[in-house]
Amino acid sequence: MKKLNFSTIMLWAGMFFLYAPMFILVFYSFNESKLVTVWAGFSTKWYGELFRDQQILDAVWTSLLVAFYASTMAVIIGTMAAFVMTRFARGWGKLTLSNMITAPLVMPEVITGLSLLLLFVHMADLFGWPAERGMLTVWIAHSTFCAAYVAVVVSSRLREIDRSVEEAAQDLGATPFKTFFAITVPMISPALVAGWLLSFSLSLDDLVIASFASGPGATTLPMVVFSSVRMGVSPKINALATLIILIVSLIAFISWYFARRADIKQRASSA
Amino acid sequence: MKKPLKFRLPKGQCWTIGVPYFWLLMFFALPFAIVLKISFSTPIISIPPYEPLFQYAEESLQIMLNLGNYLLILDDSIYYNAYLGSLKMATISTIGCLLIGYPMAYAIARAPKRNQTMLILLVMLPSWTSFLIRVYAWMGILSNNGVINNLLMWSGLISEPLQILNTNTAVYIGIIYSYLPFMILPLYANLSQLDASLLEAAADLGSRSLNTFWKVTLPLSKGGVIAGSMLVFIPVVGEFVIPELLGGPDSLMIGKVLWQEFFNNRDWPVASALAIVMLGLLIIPITLFHRYQAKEMEKTA
Repeated sequence: MKKLNFSTIMLWAGMFFLYAPMFILVFYSFNESKLVTVWAGFSTKWYGELFRDQQILDAVWTSLLVAFYASTMAVIIGTMAAFVMTRFARGWGKLTLSNMITAPLVMPEVITGLSLLLLFVHMADLFGWPAERGMLTVWIAHSTFCAAYVAVVVSSRLREIDRSVEEAAQDLGATPFKTFFAITVPMISPALVAGWLLSFSLSLDDLVIASFASGPGATTLPMVVFSSVRMGVSPKINALATLIILIVSLIAFISWYFARRADIKQRASSA
Repeated sequence: MKKPLKFRLPKGQCWTIGVPYFWLLMFFALPFAIVLKISFSTPIISIPPYEPLFQYAEESLQIMLNLGNYLLILDDSIYYNAYLGSLKMATISTIGCLLIGYPMAYAIARAPKRNQTMLILLVMLPSWTSFLIRVYAWMGILSNNGVINNLLMWSGLISEPLQILNTNTAVYIGIIYSYLPFMILPLYANLSQLDASLLEAAADLGSRSLNTFWKVTLPLSKGGVIAGSMLVFIPVVGEFVIPELLGGPDSLMIGKVLWQEFFNNRDWPVASALAIVMLGLLIIPITLFHRYQAKEMEKTA
């Protein structure tokens, strides 16, 4: 049955709506002209310009570093929170933790950013630490909001896995510590990888929270892009956007691959 | 029900529970308390730009609560209009996302099982590329010499370029474009669990497909509709990037005003008060979302 109904048409129209702007963006990144939307022949010169722009290159490095450390920390905190939520906490304690961990998922970014900045200012006032806002404060801010996403991904996986394996390991004399690393971690590893990748892309992408939490010392890529884009469109940003789209598609493919492998594994084990 | 795992090392358990609690209390709960505190202080020109709330001098503890920031928000129509503008913007964009997203999610949920993961990945993929970049893409499309205007001029439909960029229309397009995936995902999760036999039963009993949709499909997907709507509505109320880049002077939204108060005017107390009032407005939608989230978590348990 291949009937073209309303919802299928909407699906493809929606897909067009989602992807057309990106294709236009990529297309015009190869434009010779400085005016982004006036076609003047094929050229890759904007990519060359991009790689000579020291400010952008520095910002890329800062962003990658922050994203790497933040997503690693987010996986640690998020996994611990997920573990506590699914294994230990009951009642009131569980509610507090799950509310605190899922709140950043929907909290407007300006509120999260403002609140963290005020915290850092207070801490500097009281303890003299952090003396200067920069990469460290952005790292803390990103770890906190990414941990929320990790906790959601990991806790749904923790609920699915067969707990009797953990119990068996403990009955055989393994310490909880060993049980966790030898039994639980391998079973939830696809969720850990997915959570890490999700955090990495969220951290790379964030403008608002980083703008609040950062100081003069550290400028992330979105901050540079934002200040440039405010002045209007520029072909260099199109070139940068094309590269970002390419990399994200690659990461998405990898995480899809992991998710699929986990799915197959799970089906095999439940069959 | 399984008996809870007994961990024999109380010290380890202590750490596992303690670390996430400590981190979240420190970097999530405490900051809100500070925002609340700063919202009651008086702005002054110094570093940091506010007066301390508590002063201990001559054996007396003085607590100064300055309600001026809240009175200012109530008094000055610019803030009132910004809140109203944000709520209106968020409501209309949520409805827009729902109207576009629901049929899409429905089509994905009805697609052959092996294609579903691929389709949902295609929907989510744009939301993983930079948010800023996707908003930026629309600047090139909507501007006076942008793709849409060039196309319309070339076809002879219009002789003068249409002013779309820097209007509220551009903000609506940008918001719906950016938040559509967040509407589709929970709707799909809900609709894909829908029992197809219920629809067949309705059809067998002579219900027409549109009637079935209103009486069976839509009520059963209520949870997904609520979750998707909240995922769009709540962040959009505080949205800053989209109105800043695509909007004009008349697209007044509270996220933008808060940003300006903080970064341009350096008025931290008023910015804090604006955040607290925004949070107050959002408390009902956030609670709704949490209840749904908790229910979902119980279901998978």
